[in-house]
Amino acid sequence: MSNAISVRGLVKSYGATKKAGQRIHAVRGIDLEVHTGEIFALLGPNGAGKTSTIEILEGYRSRDSGELRVLGEDPATTNLPLWRNRVGIVLQSTKDGADLSVQEILAHFAQYYSNPRDVDEVIESVGLQEKRHARGEHLSGGQRRRLDVALGIIGNPELLFLDEPTTGFDPEARRSFWELIRTLRSAGTTILMSTHYLDEAEALADRVAVMNHGVIVDCATPDRLGGRDRERVNIRWRESGSLHQELTDTPTEFLRALSARISGEIPELSVSRPSLEEIYLQMIGGQE
Amino acid sequence: MSKQPGVLAIGFTRGALEIKQFIRQRESVVFTLLFPILLLLIFGAVFKDEIAPEVTFSQYFVAGMIASGLVNTGFQQLAITIPMERDDGTLKRLRGTPAPTASYFIGKVILVFVSMFVQVALLLAFGVALYGISLPTTPERWLTFTWVMLLGIGSSTILGIAFSVVPKSGRGASAVVSPIVIILQFFSGVFFVFTQLPTWMQNVAALFPLKWLTQGMRSVFLPDSFATQEVAQSWEHGKTALILTAWLIAGFFIAIKTFRWERS
Repeated sequence: MSNAISVRGLVKSYGATKKAGQRIHAVRGIDLEVHTGEIFALLGPNGAGKTSTIEILEGYRSRDSGELRVLGEDPATTNLPLWRNRVGIVLQSTKDGADLSVQEILAHFAQYYSNPRDVDEVIESVGLQEKRHARGEHLSGGQRRRLDVALGIIGNPELLFLDEPTTGFDPEARRSFWELIRTLRSAGTTILMSTHYLDEAEALADRVAVMNHGVIVDCATPDRLGGRDRERVNIRWRESGSLHQELTDTPTEFLRALSARISGEIPELSVSRPSLEEIYLQMIGGQE
Repeated sequence: MSKQPGVLAIGFTRGALEIKQFIRQRESVVFTLLFPILLLLIFGAVFKDEIAPEVTFSQYFVAGMIASGLVNTGFQQLAITIPMERDDGTLKRLRGTPAPTASYFIGKVILVFVSMFVQVALLLAFGVALYGISLPTTPERWLTFTWVMLLGIGSSTILGIAFSVVPKSGRGASAVVSPIVIILQFFSGVFFVFTQLPTWMQNVAALFPLKWLTQGMRSVFLPDSFATQEVAQSWEHGKTALILTAWLIAGFFIAIKTFRWERS
C-alpha cells in the first residue's frame, strides 16, 4: 500500500526565545501515515497540535525537525506551485470572495491549475447549482463551506486537506456533506481531515488518529480505537423490579446464563460497547 | 496533463478579478474615483484667487490632486485592502494554490494602474473643463508627466504593500492609513500653497514622496514662470527623481522583509 503522507518524528514549537518554558511545544515528535485513497481523520481537543501538524503538511508552516513526505515530496523544499497543483486545501472558515459569484470564483481558481475539473460539474457535486450566481456574501454558513470544498477540489487534487469541514452545520447539512466526501474518496482522492465531531470521524474515516498535547495518543480504525473492540461490554437489564448492569469480557456467555434465568424476553435489555466518544474522552482525559 | 499556467498568465487573470471586485465595492468606487472630484469641485468653488500671475489656486490644486491620486490609488488602496484580504482569508487561500506569489502582486499592480489612470483622467478632464488647466503642451512636459507618474505610482504601490503589515486588522486599516494620507496632503502642497506653510511643516513634508509629486505635477501643469515661486526657486526635477527612487528601493526591501500572509 502506498502512502500519500508519511511523517517521522515531526517536531514544531513556537515562541521568540529558546529559553525553556517560554516556547510552546505544539508538536512533540509524531509519526503518521496516510494511505493513498483513504479518509484519515485527525481528532483532538483545541490546542492538541492538529492545526500545526496539518499546516506543516500543507506547506504553510516550517518544522523544527522530522522527516516528511506528502505525495512523495517534502513541502519545505519542493517546487511549491508544481506540488500545490496536486493538492487541495480547505481551510477553516474564510470570508473571501464576498463580491464574486460562486461561478466566478470557481472559474477564476480553475485557471491556476494545469488540469482543473469542470466548473459546472464541481458546482453540481457540492450541490450549489441554485446558488451559482449568488455572491459570496449572500451564502449561508453551510453553502459557504460547500464553496470552500469546491475550491479545494477544483484543481482535481490527488490529496485533499479538510480542516474542521462541518463546524456550524445543521445535522442535515452534515449528512449531505458526508455524502460529498465519500463520493470524493470513491473517485480516488486521498483525504486528511481534522474534526471535533466523533460521529463524523466514525461515519467517514477509514482510520483515525487522536492527538493530545502534541503527540499521537492512538491511531486505528474507528471501531478499534483505544482498544474499543477489546473493551468490556456493558449489559443492562431489569430483574425483580430493579435495573442491573454488568461489565463483562464474555457477553455471550453472560447472556446465555441470563436468558436461562429469566423466562421469555429479558426486560429493558441493552448490550453496548463504549461509544467512540467515551473512548476518546478516556484517552484525552488520561493524558491530562 | 496540460502545462501549468505561468506567473504572468495567472497575474493577468488576477488583475481582471481585482478590477471586477473593485467595481463591485461601492466604497472603493466612491472613495477612489468620486471623492477626489468632489474635493476638486468644492475647493475650486471656494478658492478662486490668483496665487501668481496667470496661476489660480484651482490650477495649483488640480496639480496637487493629481499627485494625491497616485498616493490614493497605490499606497492608500493597498495599505487598506491587503490587511482586509489578510483577515478574510484571501491571502491564505491563494498561498494554498499553485498561483505564484508574484501573480498576486502583478494583479495588484494592474488594479493600481487601472484605478490610477481612471482617477487621473477624471481629474484632468475636470481640470481642463472647469479650471483652465491645459494638457502638457511640449514633449518635455509629457516626458516629465510620465516619469513623475511612473515613479510616483511605483513607490506608492510598493510602500502600500510595505505598510500593509502595520494595521492590526482589516477593519481598522482605514483608520490607520487614511489620516496619514490626509495629513500628508495638508503638509505637501495639496490643500494649501506649499510656500505659505510654516517651515517645519515644509521640512517634514520634504521627507515624504507626496511633496515631490505635487511639485513634479506643478512643473507639468503650471507655467514655467511659476518655478520661481517654489521653495528652491526651481522645479528640482533631479532631487524629485532621487527621493522617489530612494523611497521605491527602501519600500521594496521593507516589503520583501516584512510582508505577512496571515494575521499573527
